Amino acid sequence: MTAASAKQLSQGMARRLLQLLGVVLGVAVINFFLLRLAPGDAAQVLAGEAGAATPEYMLALRHQFGLDQPLLVQFGKYLLNLAQGNLGFSFRHGMPVAQLIAERLPATLLLMGASIAFAVLLGSALGVLAAYRAGKLADVVISTLALLFFATPLFWIGLMLVVVFSVWLDWLPVGGMFTIEAGYTGWAHCLDVARHLVLPALTLGLFYMAVYTRLVRATMIEVRRQDFVRTAVAKGARPLRVLFAHVLRNALLPLVTMLGVQVSSIIGGAVLVETVFSWPGLGRLAFEALFQRDFNLLLGILLCSSVVVILVNWLVDFVYTRLDPRIRLR
Amino acid sequence: MKQNKLVRLFGRAALALGVVLTAGQAGAQTHGGTLTAIIQPEPVILTSALNTAAPTGFFSANVFDGLVEYDNNFKLHPALAQSWDVSKDSKTLTFHLRHGVKWHDGKPFTSADVKWTLENVWKKFHPRNQIIFGSVTSVDTPDDYTVILHFSEPSLAVLSSLNSNGAQVLPKHLYEGTDVLNNPYNNKPVGTGPFVFRQWSRGNYITLERNPDYWDKGKPYLDKIIFKVVPDAGARAAALETGEAQYAPFSPVPLKDAERLAQLPRLKLETRGYDWISPWLFLDVNVDRPYFKDVRVRQALAYALDLNAFNKVVWYGFGKPAISPVVSTLTQFHSEDVPKYGYDPKRAEALLDSAGLKRDADGVRLRVNLDYLPYGDDYKRSGEYIKQALKRIGIEVSLRAQDTPTYTKRIYGDRDYDLSVVWLAGFADPLVGVTRAYGSDSIGKNIPWSNGSGYRNAEADQLIHQAQNSASQSERIALFKQFQQRVQTDLPSIPLLELHFFTVQATNLKDTVSGVDQIYSSLKNAWFDTAPKLAQTAP
Repeated sequence: MTAASAKQLSQGMARRLLQLLGVVLGVAVINFFLLRLAPGDAAQVLAGEAGAATPEYMLALRHQFGLDQPLLVQFGKYLLNLAQGNLGFSFRHGMPVAQLIAERLPATLLLMGASIAFAVLLGSALGVLAAYRAGKLADVVISTLALLFFATPLFWIGLMLVVVFSVWLDWLPVGGMFTIEAGYTGWAHCLDVARHLVLPALTLGLFYMAVYTRLVRATMIEVRRQDFVRTAVAKGARPLRVLFAHVLRNALLPLVTMLGVQVSSIIGGAVLVETVFSWPGLGRLAFEALFQRDFNLLLGILLCSSVVVILVNWLVDFVYTRLDPRIRLR
Repeated sequence: MKQNKLVRLFGRAALALGVVLTAGQAGAQTHGGTLTAIIQPEPVILTSALNTAAPTGFFSANVFDGLVEYDNNFKLHPALAQSWDVSKDSKTLTFHLRHGVKWHDGKPFTSADVKWTLENVWKKFHPRNQIIFGSVTSVDTPDDYTVILHFSEPSLAVLSSLNSNGAQVLPKHLYEGTDVLNNPYNNKPVGTGPFVFRQWSRGNYITLERNPDYWDKGKPYLDKIIFKVVPDAGARAAALETGEAQYAPFSPVPLKDAERLAQLPRLKLETRGYDWISPWLFLDVNVDRPYFKDVRVRQALAYALDLNAFNKVVWYGFGKPAISPVVSTLTQFHSEDVPKYGYDPKRAEALLDSAGLKRDADGVRLRVNLDYLPYGDDYKRSGEYIKQALKRIGIEVSLRAQDTPTYTKRIYGDRDYDLSVVWLAGFADPLVGVTRAYGSDSIGKNIPWSNGSGYRNAEADQLIHQAQNSASQSERIALFKQFQQRVQTDLPSIPLLELHFFTVQATNLKDTVSGVDQIYSSLKNAWFDTAPKLAQTAP
């Protein structure tokens, strides 16, 4: 690597970091004031749930939450906390926001990882198969299934899976992350979690699996017609090598783009699945925080997910350069 | 095949015999077993001394005892207080506390805990207790087991609110000198109750274990209770159906699913245990709207509603048409002698005509909005039923949906609404739960579940005030009857139904209802006839 390109790279990094900082600040500012537009506040929600309230009780709550201070003072305090890496305190839960997020993060990552792995692996495999059998029975079946999963609402698939596999067949648990009353440890616990993971990961992954199948099928068919593939075949490369080194690698770019979108959007998509399967993840936490007007918590989650989106975008850019050397990071 | 059937038949007969036998002999309850209950929504905090939300109350009664307990006939029984007496002028209330009770951390429970909690929690933070403990001027604790309350004015409603939900005693040694609302023990409670708190995994579950040193010897019977958070109604039904959960309170599944679940041999519906809450569903009318100022218009609304059909169609019979905000199960306070508004659409139309609301060219007399309580489908369908019913007498209703904070702010803060469908808990004394919907001092102050109609009536206010400070229970009863007469004549809120909530539970879970406040009281009497099978999972 020459000195000039190293300099260019470090400049690029600096620019990216600055960009990250700007986005985080923007997200904080916009969300802070946007969320305040929602009618009602956390004290009102709490009093509403209590089923009864007096003016003194409401005052005590508002004071406890710091809602009795001017909005700008609240905002200043929030920014000051943020600058120190402190996401604030969720009064509703009586816990620091960072701790709440950290508690829920492993469950979300597990669900996300499993569903993405499922969607990518099965989606591309089916896509390749359909492309190689284009117009034949296998292609028709795969394409029809993909269309079906593409069009069916997530929560409905989830509920149907529960009805079939949990209630009728009694093969898999209805919901939750593990069997609490059994108190498994070690491998038994892992297996237990895996059993609980199957249905939610499947539900969450099916839609993207369908997307990947269609995407891979379409690009594969297109790439296979290109000259360099014909050249590879002509020079006597084995069919599998043609598939993996020449066709698939070139067909992967759109898949990576879509993967970036999936990873970024998964917190939003997880709300439904986490609710249907009682999965203790971040999506539900964010959703509930909105209805409870727990803005510190919601802001914390939004900030974290915006950082995730940016990081994933960087990663996608990087993967592009690995897949296609013609693309450069700038 | 045949043999199988026969075996099953014998099995059932044996089971039935077993049930008869156990019912016949007292004390045949078996110890052991883990109960998985569904708690929904997830509680905010785990002590109902600070937050009286339903899930918190349902959970925390297992960790905290009340001063008294209820039986199934509204009769009080000793709990932490072994006895209590009210002075002749009703201004002094003395509790004699149980000896030898220990907090879960081993410290002794004494009168100092009661005094501290009353002065620092019930009077300051408890959302309902300020009205009944507000007139306590001083609390004496002559010894560790006696608490004497001195009132400036009599406050007989106190006696209706001394169970675990109304008067939860907090451990002074863990709370004194701390910021009570942010005390970490709010979320890892230390009580005196039958079960000891173990763990709260947020968004997931809360676990309790049997308290081996519980003062009520031999109880509780269950080894463990797991409260699972299951946010989706379909998933709740599935968990109950497969036996993964065995107990779910507060109408956990949609009414239309309830009947199906009740048909299953392993499940049953239980509607007892909610009487202390005394819930009533009503139609709040914003009396500040010019067209609703005339009492004839409000009466017309009442005449237009066929509450029997409403109960059957919308609530699947899980209710009873209401004639007063004080429900009929509160036999002492409930009044039959109130103006009644049976279904009579012709009369409704006549009243509207006489009030000057004539039909226009489209046959419409009035266009209004209706906001329904955003607590699920049942309230939405209630709104739809009312829309249909009022259309018949020429009132065009459009329904508005929103989330809970928006709803409470609209009704109780901005008062920017016409009609609203809502239910409130009336509790065992109308002063605790009913009069808040009619007293004029809370109007428009943005206090959820207070006076939403905007009803201002000097006589009603006066009656409430008198009932609050009367020293004689019979006088209070007379005052409350007069009060019901007044508000049912003026009709700022139209009572619709006395709601019957239900619990879905496993049939082999016994003795789950031991009082009218069961839903806010502990499961110390519950036991499994046959232990539940663990969900068949990993080896």
